[in-house]
Amino acid sequence: MTTPSTTTARTERAATRFGNRQQLQQILAFAGLVVIFAFFSFASPYFLDWANVKGILLATAVTGIMALGATFVIATGGIDLSVGTGMTLCSVMTGVFLANLGLPLVVGVLGGLAIGALIGLLNGLNVSYLRLPPFIATLAMMMVAQGLSLVISGTKPIYFSDVGGFDQLAAGELVPGLPNAVLIFFAAAAIAGVTLSKTLTGRYALSIGSNEEATAISGVDVRRWKVVIYTVAGLFTGLAGVVMASRLNSAQPGLGLGYELEAIAAVVIGGTSLRGGKATILGTVIGALIMATLTNGLRIMSIPQEWQKVAVGIVIVLAVYADILRRGKEA
Amino acid sequence: MNSNSTTRRRITAVAAATTSVVVALALAACGSGGAEPGAGDKPYVALVSKGFQHQFWQAVKQGADDAAAELDVEVTFEGPETETEVEKQLTMLQTALDKNPDALGYAALDSEASIPMMTDAESRGIPVIAFDSGVESDVPVTTVSTDNLAASAEAAKHMAELVGSGKIAIVGHDQTSQTGQQRVEGFTQYIEENAPGIEIVDTQFAGGDHLKSADAAKAIMQAHPDLEGIYGTNEGSAIGVVKAVQESGKAGELTVIGFDSGKAQTDAIRDGLMAGAITQDPIKMGYETVKAAVAAINGEELEPVVDSGFYWYDETNIDDEEIAAVLYE
Repeated sequence: MTTPSTTTARTERAATRFGNRQQLQQILAFAGLVVIFAFFSFASPYFLDWANVKGILLATAVTGIMALGATFVIATGGIDLSVGTGMTLCSVMTGVFLANLGLPLVVGVLGGLAIGALIGLLNGLNVSYLRLPPFIATLAMMMVAQGLSLVISGTKPIYFSDVGGFDQLAAGELVPGLPNAVLIFFAAAAIAGVTLSKTLTGRYALSIGSNEEATAISGVDVRRWKVVIYTVAGLFTGLAGVVMASRLNSAQPGLGLGYELEAIAAVVIGGTSLRGGKATILGTVIGALIMATLTNGLRIMSIPQEWQKVAVGIVIVLAVYADILRRGKEA
Repeated sequence: MNSNSTTRRRITAVAAATTSVVVALALAACGSGGAEPGAGDKPYVALVSKGFQHQFWQAVKQGADDAAAELDVEVTFEGPETETEVEKQLTMLQTALDKNPDALGYAALDSEASIPMMTDAESRGIPVIAFDSGVESDVPVTTVSTDNLAASAEAAKHMAELVGSGKIAIVGHDQTSQTGQQRVEGFTQYIEENAPGIEIVDTQFAGGDHLKSADAAKAIMQAHPDLEGIYGTNEGSAIGVVKAVQESGKAGELTVIGFDSGKAQTDAIRDGLMAGAITQDPIKMGYETVKAAVAAINGEELEPVVDSGFYWYDETNIDDEEIAAVLYE
């Protein structure tokens, strides 16, 4: 495998050029999170409490893991609409492996991840080789996954009550006081962070996102790497599916639609550009935390659900506008 | 350029795409059994429900199928994926009408949006049976539904008995549908009128999504540490509440009351995590709908409302024959 030095050099130049701005966006997003935290702590005496923080982290885990995968796809300038129902399909298949076929726990969990990777692989092939726009390819996958979840499960939830230990995957506490689901999210974020910044997969994702043609000209097999990137994203979808199934101790074939938009929102709030070429995992984690914190805080204050959505929408506009403002100044 | 190979590639791609579509359609046709509805001599009743993937709707379908077999009619059953897709349901309703059924059963997601089509059905002489929730129109010859106000008042009665006095909260599933509103209204009204010692401190809606309902219930418990009980207004909400109580380590400290069934909910009741729940009788609902449709086809007079009934069930009666028959997994 050759690493064309031009691409690497270009990517690195791009990285330094974007470096400051990215850091700024991260600092801003983090500051936003702190402000939201401070506000709710002030507004409600019940907000700043370990039990509640734990609740927020747990609420972040599933969408957060999905958002990690989505970050890679968005880095290439693509979009992945299939993460929500894809996650559901992974839950259902995990249910089939564990509850219906009675396979060992490890096999079932790896099977769930493999289904996620398969969904990503197909997305990648459709985008790269059939040249479907990512929006269309993943929109189609979103529908296929939703349909298959319902067909395979016979439209009934699959329960893991007889699969010993499966619920402990999310609910257990390897670190006392911290549910495993949260631990898995953090571990996945660490892996995603390293993958994005230190491996070819991540570097090429950013490089394709900032200039696909130039990347291809410099000798990178863009098509093949896109397939790899979508597959990596699919793995995170699979992980989200397994965590979701474990937390509910059941695979619910009807859930999932709409989760993809929350994941995309988290990615965007975190400062990853939908135009591609610029992505940050830390930002995505903060973005997901902001979404969950906002919803939790507004609920604690008994704000009706209708208004919660309005608030989240406004935060997305503010976050992206802040990003655009800064970009304007630099240019 | 080598336009030849491009063309060939394009042809291959098109051929591949066409083949996969044909295969998919063939599979779908096999899966559905293939029979064209309404083609036979039997009267044809088209049912358009609010959903099909939810266990509840599957039970309604079962009741409808039972009645179809018994009364020797043809029944089709369809509904949108989620109970928010009003527009998609209207399309299904239109398609059902276009098949010119002998009678139409309809569970309206939106009680007003379908009025033009109701008029259309009337002008074509197709009798309409509303089921689950009513339609703002006098076209339907009858409405087969659970009395949600009475059912949720029953839930409130048990909550009041179990809690005695203190703070309680509600996790609702839908603030825009009649069913969703009545599930909260009947409960709230009963508490206000009959349980002066109980205060409903919060009502949050979470769309019936298990995970979101759990997060909502947790937030409420966080804001009201002295909460005595939570009522979840449908399957997803109720399971979410149980999840929240479990995850907060407050199992046994709060009285949880649910609605509908499903294995997670019946397990929670058996394990003592949930005090009890109200179940509708979806099988009876489906059965009565088809029965009413057949009566309408035969020109018989019908009562304006057919109550399909509800039951309170808890640890003590969950295995009774009449209860077990209407609980679904």
